[in-house]
Amino acid sequence: MTTLTKQPDPGLSVPRGPRKSRKRGKPSDGFRGIGDLKVALFFIAPAMVGLILFYLVPTIRGIYLSFTEYSILGDPEWIGARNYERIAKDPLFWNALGVTSEYVVINIVLQTALALGLAILMHRVAKSTLIRGALLMPYLMANVIAALLWFWMLDYQIGIINQIIEWTGLPRVAFFGSEQWAIPTQALINTWRHMGYTALLIFAGLQAIPNSVYEAASIDGSKAVSTFWRITLPLLRPVLVLVLVVTVIGSFQVFDTVAVTTAGGPVNATRVLQFYIYQRAFNEQDFGYGSALAVILFLILAIVAFIQMKFLRGNQSDLD
Amino acid sequence: MTTLASHKNGARRRPFSRPFNWRRAIALTLLAVAIAVSILPFYWVLRTALSSNGSLAANSANLLPADFNLGAFKRVFGLQSASEAIAEGGSGASINFWQYLWNSLLFSGITTACAVFFSSMAAYAFSRLRWKGRDAVFSLFLATMLVPPIFTALPNFLLIKNLGLLNSMLGLVLPYLFMTPFAIFFMRQFFLNMSREVEEAAMLDGAKHWRIFFQIIMPNAAAPIATLALLTFMGQWNEYFWPLLVGTSEESRVLTVGLGVFKSQSPQGAPDWSGLMAATLVSATPVLILFAIFGKRIVNSIGFNGTK
Repeated sequence: MTTLTKQPDPGLSVPRGPRKSRKRGKPSDGFRGIGDLKVALFFIAPAMVGLILFYLVPTIRGIYLSFTEYSILGDPEWIGARNYERIAKDPLFWNALGVTSEYVVINIVLQTALALGLAILMHRVAKSTLIRGALLMPYLMANVIAALLWFWMLDYQIGIINQIIEWTGLPRVAFFGSEQWAIPTQALINTWRHMGYTALLIFAGLQAIPNSVYEAASIDGSKAVSTFWRITLPLLRPVLVLVLVVTVIGSFQVFDTVAVTTAGGPVNATRVLQFYIYQRAFNEQDFGYGSALAVILFLILAIVAFIQMKFLRGNQSDLD
Repeated sequence: MTTLASHKNGARRRPFSRPFNWRRAIALTLLAVAIAVSILPFYWVLRTALSSNGSLAANSANLLPADFNLGAFKRVFGLQSASEAIAEGGSGASINFWQYLWNSLLFSGITTACAVFFSSMAAYAFSRLRWKGRDAVFSLFLATMLVPPIFTALPNFLLIKNLGLLNSMLGLVLPYLFMTPFAIFFMRQFFLNMSREVEEAAMLDGAKHWRIFFQIIMPNAAAPIATLALLTFMGQWNEYFWPLLVGTSEESRVLTVGLGVFKSQSPQGAPDWSGLMAATLVSATPVLILFAIFGKRIVNSIGFNGTK
């Protein structure tokens, strides 16, 4: 829901007098010295406390801790970059990075493709709120709920899905129990939960494309398929980039469903990054190492967001 | 909120007059499949919760509850004795979802009320007031959206621990109380588009900013505040990681964490599926009720990007 599209910021221009005389692009206009600074400080004070106490200070402290040896008891002991050196040689870290990436990739492909298809279907044949509401239901459920629900439905012995698989003559699948299936299964749960939400985001993007664009295309004799590839998809780019960013960043932080169902197993098959961080920091009380892992996750996410915004130009719309 | 735009124009719609439009039929079928996939699992949860656990294995594909009874719900709310629970396939460990339900309600209610209010205050300063450095400070708030929660969770856990607030409701709600970057962004976007006229008239009358905020801005923003509160509440209701770290005592355990504990207590070889599904249903119910009442508002908020 955090959909940030960069727009010419209307907040920068300060309206003076009647509304119609609003002008854009003169940020200095209207600032008399410090302006309303005193009042503003009063209004942002609570939010500022939250920002400093629970975002800024923890960020600095987290980076500091990543350079220490710290087991909660006693004081953190500065050890330089040794945590990072250990991580570079830690097979469990590389395994975590691998399985998390696998999870992310399955999610991107499956979720984006399904959601795009669904959004187009909705746009074509049914725009009712009821249908959109039905598709949104899974998204409103907690990850823990989605996880348990599928843990039951996909149970090897008496889960309904395996019953259906057996009726079709195929062998039962150990969705959570086999190393090969564990990550795809987690990704399927996530896709189930997010598919409708993502479809609704794309649907909103489709609705924003003015009909005149399509009319022009049909007058020019464009066929439906080529209209989709040459007009719809390019115009959807900002929404699709946003969906990608949200999907990738969210998927990299998978934790809840894994923690409730497979807890990292079988063997290391679902020991995803955040679960590994959790284990190192809270089960093994190795806060320094856990913090260093968290810094790396942070860096990965920052790089991913940067690349997607920079190269896919997600913050620019071709409609303007 | 961007969905109302291009409804009326039927230019691209295929005409209905054709005898049988099989492309449309296929499209509707696919849509129906997607809806079924989204909704049927909820029926299966209900069906399982109303079954008796012992009969599930023998009737695993029966569409109706297997050997209908309410024992699963009794187990979830701690109304069965340990021996009764074990006889019906439960673990017999004490579990009380009333308590978790109450904790979840407190956790989500308190954080939503405070965060929405304080974020609105900040959003007012970022939209209706003029001061040096305003946009730089606002960018700083926005930037925190990029910080993954796990990253700040470790130091925040240490802070709450040092304050002696582990396993308390206060420790649980504290990091969420003051603001969420999304809420500030959301409210600012709305405030920016509000007309200044009433506000300016009040200014001329010598009204102070806090009076303008409470008597003009907030009442006029009732609709977006309601939407924001809904979204925040549901987000908090579903929160798992932070409560897992901080709220592990009975007095501070919320539903999501309780569900996880219930699952891990369930006998390994033959899990108490009907108990688990009853617990799942109980956890989902408040959100389902909110959705039944405010569905339209929630659906229309998806795709909100602050530009419309």
